[in-house]
Amino acid sequence: MDISFALTGKGYVIVAADTTAAHSIIKVKLDEDKIKTLSPHLLMAYTGEPGDTVQFAEYIERNIRLYQIRNIYALRPPSAASWIRRSLADSLRSRKPYSVNLLLGGYDTSTHTPHLYWIDYLGTLASVPFAAHGYGSYFALSLLDRYHDPEASLEEGLATLRRCIDEVSKRLIVSPGKYKVKVVDKDGVRELDF
Amino acid sequence: MSIMEYNGGSVIAMVGKNCVAIASDLRLGVQSLGIASNFQKIFPVTDRIFVGLPGLATDVTTLHEQFRYRVNMYTIKEEREIEPETFAALVSSTLYERRFGPYFIEPVIAGMQRTPSGSYKPFIAATDLIGCLNFAKDFVVAGTASDKLFGVAEGLWEEDLGPEDLFETISQTMLNAVDRDTNSGWGVVVHLLTKDKVITRTLKGRMD
Repeated sequence: MDISFALTGKGYVIVAADTTAAHSIIKVKLDEDKIKTLSPHLLMAYTGEPGDTVQFAEYIERNIRLYQIRNIYALRPPSAASWIRRSLADSLRSRKPYSVNLLLGGYDTSTHTPHLYWIDYLGTLASVPFAAHGYGSYFALSLLDRYHDPEASLEEGLATLRRCIDEVSKRLIVSPGKYKVKVVDKDGVRELDF
Repeated sequence: MSIMEYNGGSVIAMVGKNCVAIASDLRLGVQSLGIASNFQKIFPVTDRIFVGLPGLATDVTTLHEQFRYRVNMYTIKEEREIEPETFAALVSSTLYERRFGPYFIEPVIAGMQRTPSGSYKPFIAATDLIGCLNFAKDFVVAGTASDKLFGVAEGLWEEDLGPEDLFETISQTMLNAVDRDTNSGWGVVVHLLTKDKVITRTLKGRMD
């Protein structure tokens, strides 16, 4: 079961996801990137049914890109979130729904605010200060309730993320070893060594 | 596990003297796990209609968007705003369209209805998930704490409450009912409608 976390801070959003690709009890890949860059200021971490995840993420990625090509400007985070949610909600009532859970982190360059959205495979959309998917959520959400600070600097934000990852490593039986961490802020998206 | 209780959440509407109030909790959960404490379930339809949509959270958003679209189309075609009673019929038919694959939502409608004489009278209604309308003259409830809300409202509500008394009654009903429900709570929002204004207040509630 894959794990992803995200948290907002002062002018940034951190998105983290584990890098294991598993087939039942076997780890088949240890460096899988489960965070897609949808536009210069938009990140999406995806987890769920293998196959569905990549298929859906690529569909979203290409359509967000198409919008940007057609309109010069990329969709702002709230609009992108609404469109992605609608895609999942329509899929839910189709013959073969995608089972994909998402964390959408973005930086709105016109209002200079970070945005984070929690989206599940049903098409539930919640705008939140911090979020998690998978087994990690049972540990991370309570930790983040205690330690999350929306005004924290990037260093403090990463220290809080470290707490979450350490707690999962300590308490979860099937804890993953490696995480990929990406940040989006006014300068765009970048990957961090973590 | 019922799909109606998957995300949690409750809504109540009450009639007062020349006013109505509608209130909901702010929790979004996945069964017992809390996800967000800022999830609005009540939406403005016009300046004097509010609709509350407790139930499956994906359908809360989908139906809100659906109602917004249909009310906008009505406003353009009719060149006037929709009345609460008409909106209730719109809600009912929208849900019955999906009779055999329903949206898992039990809407609650509150508004001030314009009478032929030009005055306003309070209006509340609720439907089940396939659009069976229930016009009540006292209060309507829906959501995971609906049984508790019925009990408390039955004890606290009385006829002809003024706006401030109605606010107190609906607030206490909501706060006390959601404290007995694990899947509702995490804050309450109350909208109070009179003929010429809307007052929205957010209440602090127990965060457990």
